[in-house]
Amino acid sequence: MTQDRSARILPFPLSRARRAGGVQDHAPRVAQAGLHPVGPTRLSAALDILQLAEVATGPRNAGLSGSGHLHRARPGDAGPSCPGGQGPMQPTSVMPALQMPVPALRAGRPAPPRQPAARRASCDGPDRDTGSGPGPDRRALSRRIVSLQLTDFAMARWLRWGHARHDAPPDNLPVILASEGPHGPVVTAVNRAAALAGLQTGARVVDMRALCPTVRVVRADPDGDRAALDKLMLWARRWCPWTAVDGADGIVMDTTGSDHLWGGEDALLREIEGTLGALGFSSRLAMAPTHGAAWALARFGPVRSIATPDTLAQMTAPLPARALRLESDTVLLLQRLGLKSVGDIAAVPRLSLTRRFARAALVQNPLARLDQLQGRLAEPVSAGQEPHRFAVQVRLPEPVQDPTPYLPDLCATLCAAMAEAGCGARRLTVTIYRTDAEVSTITAATARASRDPAHMRRLFDDRLDRIDPGYGFELITLSADLTEDVTATQTDLEGRADDGAALAQVVDRLSARLGPQAVRTPALHESHIPERSLAWALALSQAPRGAGSPVFTDRPLRLFDSPEEINVLYAVPEGPPVQFRWRRVPHRIVRFVGPERIAPEWWNDRPGTRLRDYYRIEDDSCRRLWIYRDGIYGDDRPEPPRWFVHGLFG
Amino acid sequence: MNTPLSTAGTLFYDHAASRRTGRDADLAPLCVAEPTLSEYFTDNAADGAVTAFACTQLKQIAASGKPILWVQDRVTQRESGKPFPAGLPAGLRLILVTVNRAVDLLWSMEEGLHCDALGAVLGELWGDPPALDFTATKRLALRAEARAIPALLIRRGGHPNLSAARQRWRITSLPARLDPDDNRAPGTPLWQADLFRARGRPPGQWVAGPGKTGVLLSHAVHMNDAGGGGLSDGTRHTPGPTIRAAG
Repeated sequence: MTQDRSARILPFPLSRARRAGGVQDHAPRVAQAGLHPVGPTRLSAALDILQLAEVATGPRNAGLSGSGHLHRARPGDAGPSCPGGQGPMQPTSVMPALQMPVPALRAGRPAPPRQPAARRASCDGPDRDTGSGPGPDRRALSRRIVSLQLTDFAMARWLRWGHARHDAPPDNLPVILASEGPHGPVVTAVNRAAALAGLQTGARVVDMRALCPTVRVVRADPDGDRAALDKLMLWARRWCPWTAVDGADGIVMDTTGSDHLWGGEDALLREIEGTLGALGFSSRLAMAPTHGAAWALARFGPVRSIATPDTLAQMTAPLPARALRLESDTVLLLQRLGLKSVGDIAAVPRLSLTRRFARAALVQNPLARLDQLQGRLAEPVSAGQEPHRFAVQVRLPEPVQDPTPYLPDLCATLCAAMAEAGCGARRLTVTIYRTDAEVSTITAATARASRDPAHMRRLFDDRLDRIDPGYGFELITLSADLTEDVTATQTDLEGRADDGAALAQVVDRLSARLGPQAVRTPALHESHIPERSLAWALALSQAPRGAGSPVFTDRPLRLFDSPEEINVLYAVPEGPPVQFRWRRVPHRIVRFVGPERIAPEWWNDRPGTRLRDYYRIEDDSCRRLWIYRDGIYGDDRPEPPRWFVHGLFG
Repeated sequence: MNTPLSTAGTLFYDHAASRRTGRDADLAPLCVAEPTLSEYFTDNAADGAVTAFACTQLKQIAASGKPILWVQDRVTQRESGKPFPAGLPAGLRLILVTVNRAVDLLWSMEEGLHCDALGAVLGELWGDPPALDFTATKRLALRAEARAIPALLIRRGGHPNLSAARQRWRITSLPARLDPDDNRAPGTPLWQADLFRARGRPPGQWVAGPGKTGVLLSHAVHMNDAGGGGLSDGTRHTPGPTIRAAG
C-alpha cells in the first residue's frame, strides 16, 4: 500500500524545478533577436540558418508553444510571424556589422543609405543590402515585440485595492497620490476627478490643496507598485513566454509566433487591452519588429498600432524625438538643432550624428537609439527567471476521509525537490479537493526556512482533524507558497542541528497551532515611555529585534497593557498619594520612591499629551507597585491630573 | 541545600555588610529552579512576589543565554500584565505565548519541554481549570525530568489540588528591606516562601530574598531591618512577618 501510494505522488513542478535549477543556469532568459545564440550553447555569429533551426527545434524548445524559430526555420512558411514580402532566409544575411555588440559606435562606418532601410528591403531582395552600409538586419526585423504602457498604474492599483476592501472613494472625489519631494510632498498620480479639477502630477501637494481643498491625499507606494508590476509581468506570460518589465509602468513582450494562438496580431492586442481593462488597468500598446519602435508607438503612436518591417520607418517618422527613449537634455538639444521628430533624425547623415554623439551613453545617444528602433542594433527582450514554485500532489483512486497517512510521503517528496533546488519553505499549504467540489486549505508558516520532512509533518499534526471531509476527497496537494534559499550547514561533527533550528521549530509548532499572533518575542525600541520602549514582535517574523539593552534600572517586572486608573487621596498635590483605591480595594502607601518624571515625546505624541510622574510604592499589604500621575497641577490643562497603576514590582 | 542552615539568621541582618564581604552565597541556601515541575501559588493577582521569586530562580539560566518560553493565559495577562524585560533578570531572553485555554497552555508547555534549546518553561495559569489534573501535571513533570528543563507553573486564584509537581510553593510579599540611602524608600524586596509540599527535601517556610544567582532562603530576619519600623514617624509600623521554623 505504501509502495502504491508513493508511486502515485506526482511531483509535477519538480521536473520544472530540476530543469531550472540543475541543468540550465540561472541566467535570465533572453529572447533571441538577431544573431544572439539560441539555447544554452553559445553559437558563433557565422552560424548558418540550418544549424540555427536545428538547435531551435531541439528538445529544450520543443514544448514552447510560442517558439518563433519553428516558424522561421521553414522556408516556405507564410505564418503570421513571417510578414509577407519577406523572402526565405539566406545564410548571407549574416551581416558583419552585427558581429560587434555595439556597431553604432564605430566611427568609421560608411554613411547610411538615404532611403529608409525597410522600404528598400521591401522592394529589393535581401541580397542587395549585404553589400551596402549598415542596413537593418532582416532577421532582427522578423521579431514581433509588443510594448505596453499602463497609464496611471499607481492610481489604478490604489483604486483596485480600495475596491477590494470596499473602501474605494466615489468617482467624483478628487484623489491624489503623494510622495516626499525635496520641498514637501509632491503629487505622483491623480485620478480622473482630480485631473478634471486641474490637479497635475509633479506639483506640490500644498499648491494642489489650495486649488482643490476637498482633495484626498494618499501616500504613494512606489515599492508596492514595482512589486505589483513584477507580478503583472509574470502574469502576462499567458500571452507569450518572454516578458520583461520596461521602465516604471511598462511591460515588453516578445510575441513572435504567439499571435496566431490568439487569432492574429490585432486580436492579440485587443485581447491584452481588454483583459488588463477587466483588471482595472488602462493600457496603451503597440506591436512592432523592434523594442524601440514598439515602445515609441505605444506611447506616442495611434491606438493599438501595428508596425511591420515595411511600414516601420513610415510609422515611426512622425513620432517626436522623445519617442527614442532619450533623456530630456538630449531631446532639448535635438530640438535646438531643429530635429523634432524621428524622421528628422533619421534623415541626418549618419556620420554627423556619429561624430556628435560618439561618446554619449545609450540614453543620450540618438543614433544608437535610432539603430535600436530600426533594428540595426539588437535589443533582445531579457525575460527574468520565473520564481521557483514547489507543489506535490497525490491523486487517490477512491475518496478517503483522512489525509494523514498521505502526508509523510508528500512532505518527503516536497523536501527532496526543495533540497535539489537549494530552497526551504517558509509557508506551506495543504489543499484538499473534495468530491463535492469543495476545496479546503490549511496553512502553516515557519520561522526559518525548513526542508525537514518530519518537522513539516508535525506542523500539520493536530490541524488536519479540523478539515471537514464531507463525502471524502480524491486529491491532496502540498505546496510551498513561500520559499527562501537555504544552504546546508553542519554545526558539529555529530550532525546534530544547532539550537537555533530547534528553537525555530518550537516557534513553528506553537505558531501553527495557536496562530502566529500568539507567539511573540520582545523587540526593544529607543524610547523613554515604558510601553513604547518595548514592542512584542511576531516570533515568526525575521525583522530585527532592536539591539541594545534597557538602560533604566528601576523598572517593574510586569507591565499592564493599559494602565489602570486609581482614585487617590493625597496630602500635597505634588507628592505621592497617601491612599488610593485600585480594583475596589483601598491601598495605603507605606513607603515610596520618586517621582521619576517622564516627559512626552513631542515628535511622536499628540500635542495634548501630559508628562508623567512615576512613583515606586509599597503599600500596607507589602505589594510593590508602579504608579504615575498623568500630568501635574498647574500645567494649564482644564482637567486635574489622573493617577494610574502601570506595573508590578517583585 | 536540603537542610536549611541554622545560621541563616545572620544572613539578612546587614545588607551593606553582606555586600561588602560578598559572603551571602556561602551562608544562605541558594534556591534555583530545578529541572522538574514546580508549582507556585499566590492569592493575589496584584502581587509581583511570585513572578520575582520565579524569575530570580531562573537567573543562572538567563545568564547562560538560553531563552525561556513564557506561556500566559489571557486572564492572567489582563489581571497581572505581561512580563517587562527591563525589570527581569539581565540577559533573560523571552518567547511569550498567549493562549486562551488551559489545554493550550499545557500543550505549549509540553512542546517547549521537547526542545533542548530552551532554558526553562514558565506557565501562568488562572484558577482551577479541569484540564489541569493529575495526569497533566504528571506529563509535565516527566517531560521536564526527561529533558532536564525546569518547568515552572505559576497559579493565581487556584487551589492546591492533587498534583504531581515535585515542589509546591506559596509565595507572598513581605515588607522590603530598608534602602540604605533613603529611609522612606522600599529597598531589596523580601518574600515569604512556603514550600508546603516537596519531594526529596523537607518542606519549610523561609524568608526569601534575591541573590546574585538565585533565591536566598532564611529562617529568620532581623525585625528592625525587614519591617516597616525604619519609617521616620514610627506610627506606620507594619508588624513583621510571622516566621515559623520548619522541622
